[in-house]
Amino acid sequence: MALTADEVRYIARLARVALDDDEVERLRDQLSGILDHFQILNDIDTSDVPPTAQSFDLANVDRPDEPRPSLDREEVFANAPRREDGYFRVRAVLD
Amino acid sequence: MTTATRTDYEVVVGVEVHVQLKTRSKMFCACPRDYFDTEPNTHVCPVCLGMPGMLPVINEQAVAFTILAGLALGCEIPDYSKFDRKNYPYPDLMKGYQISQYDQPLCVGGALEIEVAGDHRTVNLERIHLEEDTARLLHRDDGAGGYSLLDVNRSGVPLMELVTKPDLRSGAETAAFLRKLRQILRYLDISDADMEKGSFRFDVNLSLRPRGEERLGTKVELKNMNSFRAAQRGIEFEVERQTAILEAGGTITQETRGFVDATGETASQRSKEEAHDYRYFPEPDLPPLQVSRETVEELRARLPELPDAKRERFERDYGLTHDEAIALTETRERADTFEAAVDASGDRKYARAAAHWFMGDVTRHLSDLGPEAELSDSKVTPAHVGDLARLVEDGTITGSTAKDVLDAAFETGEMPAAIVEARGLRQVKDEGAIDEAARKAIEANPKAVADYRSGKEAAIKFLVGQVMREMRGRADPAGATEALRRHLDGGA
Repeated sequence: MALTADEVRYIARLARVALDDDEVERLRDQLSGILDHFQILNDIDTSDVPPTAQSFDLANVDRPDEPRPSLDREEVFANAPRREDGYFRVRAVLD
Repeated sequence: MTTATRTDYEVVVGVEVHVQLKTRSKMFCACPRDYFDTEPNTHVCPVCLGMPGMLPVINEQAVAFTILAGLALGCEIPDYSKFDRKNYPYPDLMKGYQISQYDQPLCVGGALEIEVAGDHRTVNLERIHLEEDTARLLHRDDGAGGYSLLDVNRSGVPLMELVTKPDLRSGAETAAFLRKLRQILRYLDISDADMEKGSFRFDVNLSLRPRGEERLGTKVELKNMNSFRAAQRGIEFEVERQTAILEAGGTITQETRGFVDATGETASQRSKEEAHDYRYFPEPDLPPLQVSRETVEELRARLPELPDAKRERFERDYGLTHDEAIALTETRERADTFEAAVDASGDRKYARAAAHWFMGDVTRHLSDLGPEAELSDSKVTPAHVGDLARLVEDGTITGSTAKDVLDAAFETGEMPAAIVEARGLRQVKDEGAIDEAARKAIEANPKAVADYRSGKEAAIKFLVGQVMREMRGRADPAGATEALRRHLDGGA
């Protein structure tokens, strides 16, 4: 299943990844290969298998509504490049 | 001169409402749910921070609350429901996706009947699903393009989304729908549904079409409305704006517009109109939900009496008018308070009087205490109001005295009967005393007397007022009127 260069650019944009033309070509090959690989699954006859959204036979894994203490403030910011007044500081985001 | 035939346009409106649920912990982690007035980033953990390797777990109470809302609104509760990932990049979305529900929501269909100026309309619902709220972004201006600050406390707060079918036909109907929805959510006690705090938010989709046309017109999405009034004004502004464009032969642009409260107008929000590609897929970290019929019935049994049923019962059992019953069932607390007052009065025959006092002077006192004050915020209890209603109805005190007694009760918390006894406020039916006061009033007010005699019937009210003043409000008003007439008409 060969992807077009435009499809690769579209996927890259959704992932917020900037690609130059060489990279688009290289990824077009690689992504197409991955898709081909998954095509094998289409060869399996699943006409008798009901659709499912998961591969474990689990349901209703939930928890009681009981609050527990949150993370220590220093741990919260351990990996934060910039903090200010208890907030994470990020580049300007406009609505 | 000929008049051009104006096309009559009809507005078609649907709404999306986001409601934060009043759970104790967050949707997928045990962080405290409350984020209002908290220090930023104190109610966060690896799950709601979206750290790699975290594992969300469903809050059972949030699921129960959503099903309760669905049952209250007549939704179907399917046996099977699941969560999905909705992918989009935005800095307030910690994981790069929101856990939401795509094609198998917890509640399907349903309807809400609204009443606007006596007309009823059934507003059908599309669905109700459960998702998580995003983090909060604050914008800071530093004179160099600015920057943003992120508070993750709101991230992961349980958010219930309700979507209607395009069944609304005016701004007034939309406001009525939103009001009633919020009322029901508060009756269910599953959300504060407080617009100012952001726990009840909505967007509107609307389009215009010539009346009689089946096909929908071009859709405009309306955002930034922070009150019911704003919803109504925003829609009404759009109807005018779009009608003008269509009448001039123009076409409507499909776009998102924001309501500007200061001007009452809407403005295009120039977003980079790229079609969203959310790439929904089933959330692999959350096994699906199987909702048993037992669970549904258990929840159904927990439903309180809802506003419509309560209103009908109040009309039937207490002989209230439609409008009185609407006012007294506005909140569950108000309805309970009214019923407690009727109980305390000792007889249902005092119910109308109790309703009268609640809707008049009690409401006035409460609004002095704050915009959403209830009786429990004051020194007055339902028993005070029941007592007052009985004292007025059985003629122990006059309506005029009752106002003073209520004022005193709000001030001191004393029971009306005790106030009446302590201050000697019983209604005076003594004809001699009333007669004497009437005579004084006539002597002291020759102008009112002349007015009355020249045919100004209203002048008698002024004189009755003077008699009341003379007798500190305790005179039986009918007796006072009678005494005045006797003097005025007889002594002409």
